[in-house]
Amino acid sequence: MKRLLPLVALGALASGCSGGAGSDPMQYGGDPQLPEPHRGLLPTMKIASPAAWGSARPQVPAGYTITAIATGFGICRQTLVLPNGDILVAEGRGGGEPALRPKDIIAGFIKAKGTSPAKSGNRLTLLRDANGDGVYETRIVFADKLNAPYGLALVGSQLYVADQDALLRFAYAPGQTKASAPPVKVTDLPSVINHHWTKSLTASADGRFLFVGIGSNSNITERGIAAEVDRAQIWQVDAATGAHRAFATGTRNPTALAIQPGTGQLWATVQERDEIGPDLVPDYLTSVRDGGFYGWPYSYWGQHVDTRAQPQDPRLVAAAIRPDYGLGSHVAALGLAFSSAAMGDRFADGVFVGEHGSWNRSKPAGYKVVFIPFRNGRPAGPPIDFVTGFQGANGKTFGRPVGVTVDPRGALIVADDLSNTIWRVVPAAKQPVAEAPTRPAQPQGKQKQPGSYTPY
Amino acid sequence: MAASAETGPARPIHPLFAFLLAADVPLFLGGLLSDLAYGRTAEPQWANFAAWLIAGAMVFTGLALLWAFIALLLARPRWGWVLLCFVLLLATFALGLVDNLHHARDAWAIMPAAPILSGITSLVALLAAAVGLSTIRTGNRT
Repeated sequence: MKRLLPLVALGALASGCSGGAGSDPMQYGGDPQLPEPHRGLLPTMKIASPAAWGSARPQVPAGYTITAIATGFGICRQTLVLPNGDILVAEGRGGGEPALRPKDIIAGFIKAKGTSPAKSGNRLTLLRDANGDGVYETRIVFADKLNAPYGLALVGSQLYVADQDALLRFAYAPGQTKASAPPVKVTDLPSVINHHWTKSLTASADGRFLFVGIGSNSNITERGIAAEVDRAQIWQVDAATGAHRAFATGTRNPTALAIQPGTGQLWATVQERDEIGPDLVPDYLTSVRDGGFYGWPYSYWGQHVDTRAQPQDPRLVAAAIRPDYGLGSHVAALGLAFSSAAMGDRFADGVFVGEHGSWNRSKPAGYKVVFIPFRNGRPAGPPIDFVTGFQGANGKTFGRPVGVTVDPRGALIVADDLSNTIWRVVPAAKQPVAEAPTRPAQPQGKQKQPGSYTPY
Repeated sequence: MAASAETGPARPIHPLFAFLLAADVPLFLGGLLSDLAYGRTAEPQWANFAAWLIAGAMVFTGLALLWAFIALLLARPRWGWVLLCFVLLLATFALGLVDNLHHARDAWAIMPAAPILSGITSLVALLAAAVGLSTIRTGNRT
């Protein structure tokens, strides 16, 4: 199969010419333009070419500053701001599904080039800024020996962590820097194959329930429909008993969940399917309806049938809900956080969305953090760039944003899993004195992880 | 290689070349049958089988093509059956490559073209093997 590689590269160039030509359709908001499905001999693609930040920095709007508060993580993807201002960082990379086809071997090899070679940390790291000067001088491993932790949620004195195979619970007391005991398992989570391995997490407003986002086991059922039992769903888990039910289904990869302040409504960002064109299918932000079906695998954006899923299910297609707000195709929205007044007037009402960027587009989309303004509790208006500059003019990629978290003191915490950096964006009045020195938590392993890649 | 003798007894085809010429045929054919099975059942494992079988066929097609290319360089004169065998192998390789890339599509996206492509490729592979095995053996320079 090695002989195919140069041809794959050549074909990528060829298909790039057709895929990237013309102006991009408008795909933001509730009624995105959806072209006809299309795929050439090769899917359109562009793999990020990683480079060190050097003197480059992400760009933020006027009146805001951005600093790196810590780096050297083992794939930092989601963060949680604790009540005392400490930041918990979930480090890890999961997956590792076996290759089913020659394609999986080649695609895994190609996609791995666009991600960090760092080893999976499998731990939670705590960052503390004791005097509030913006320098996070303390860095402690809060808990280790986890299994690709991703989603984080604090309910009272209980810290919930979603590993790639289980929902765990730690006891947490204010000011604590290290877990006092090994975690208690709340419930197992679907983990067979684990194509989309990330388990996103948020807690209901009253703390009784946890919502867990579970991604599909394939792009579009190519591993068989049996592999999709309990996948592409958002679970509602009873915090007391661990019992669960499917709260919503057909959500291909619900990579970030958040509860809207005030209403208690659950919102999600969902990553849609690949390989039917550079402008299909838009990833979306949506309020999640109890019992709702969102299309995958049978249809997208309501009733647009995807014939790749066989046998088809017209009854489910008819029931499929149109999402609230398109974010654009292949932006890979992996972070979601509701803003607050502490972020400044312009960015007070709305959500921040971390867009990791994806491979299935010749002209990269995403690779930034955007702000979706809300009015009366609903999205209102096009996305506003909030953090950009993750890709340089030279085609190099310095970072890829994942989780976004609003610190109620007035800061946006952005996890970047390519440069393995935690960024902090603050309104200028809260400008820190100096950029924190960057310290690796532990010596990093040098070897790459063969066969492991991020399926985005 | 075989067709270079101007005179003397006909050289038998090299057994390794004979193996390479024939080896891709059952693999492409297996790919075709797997495609047909996938078309009937929509069970993705059949599509996986097809993808691996035609990928394996490409290994042997590639090696046979290389062998035929060298044989063509050594052949005097350069046209005739050696050239025909080379051209058929080249066509098999090109069709097989398209077939392989097509099988990289996910789930039902390979239908209905997959069995058509695999069928055409199998047929050309069979022709290449038939021409190679029946003519080069005799050193025939017609």
